[in-house]
Amino acid sequence: MMNILLHISAVIIAVSILIALYRVAKGPSMPDRVIALDMIGINLISLVAVVSLILETTAFFEVMLLLGILAFIGTVAFSKFIEKGVVIERKRD
Amino acid sequence: MKSNDVILQTATKVVLFIILAFSVFIFFNGHHEPGGGFIGGLMTASAIVLLMLAYDLEMVKRILPFDFKVVTAAGLLVAIGTGLGSFLFGVPFLSQTFDYFTFPVLGELELATALLFDIGVYLVVVGVTLTIIQTIGEDQ
Repeated sequence: MMNILLHISAVIIAVSILIALYRVAKGPSMPDRVIALDMIGINLISLVAVVSLILETTAFFEVMLLLGILAFIGTVAFSKFIEKGVVIERKRD
Repeated sequence: MKSNDVILQTATKVVLFIILAFSVFIFFNGHHEPGGGFIGGLMTASAIVLLMLAYDLEMVKRILPFDFKVVTAAGLLVAIGTGLGSFLFGVPFLSQTFDYFTFPVLGELELATALLFDIGVYLVVVGVTLTIIQTIGEDQ
């Protein structure tokens, strides 16, 4: 019973990733694509959680924290590039 | 127009220490569970990259006044040194050993010499990543 529920939720998360992928491909402006990529990252965290429940292992718990950190840093870098044109400034005045 | 990044800078001041603590955890975790020197070094480098994103290159250079090429060289020296150290005990190159020690507060710990080699890997990964990012970021 629990296994069926976990598989159903994995499929629903995959569908949500597909919808976000449509926004990445179609999105009229650049910020739409960045937000959709961030959403894909967060959905991947929940997919890893569900898969580690299905496989009954704790080996993937670091991956979830890692994906959260990397999604945050990637989104910050993209938004800084969109707003200022440079990612890392040499000297801030 | 002068932009104001106060939310990003305040969030960075909190998140930076969480990422650094996670990188140290995943570095020491690597002997028995997933993790190790490579991913720990990458997480430390990404914490410093977040600092560069929220502030600027000059400030990061003032906070961390290392030449990261020297950090890479030091890591390679540590890795070579653990290999050469096994000659002192008359065993082949890069032999590893471990033993159990008892500490006053921490209790019994397993200390392996593979940790010393992992420190070398950690320093090389941090040095190479930050050298690449600083070199790309400097020319505009």
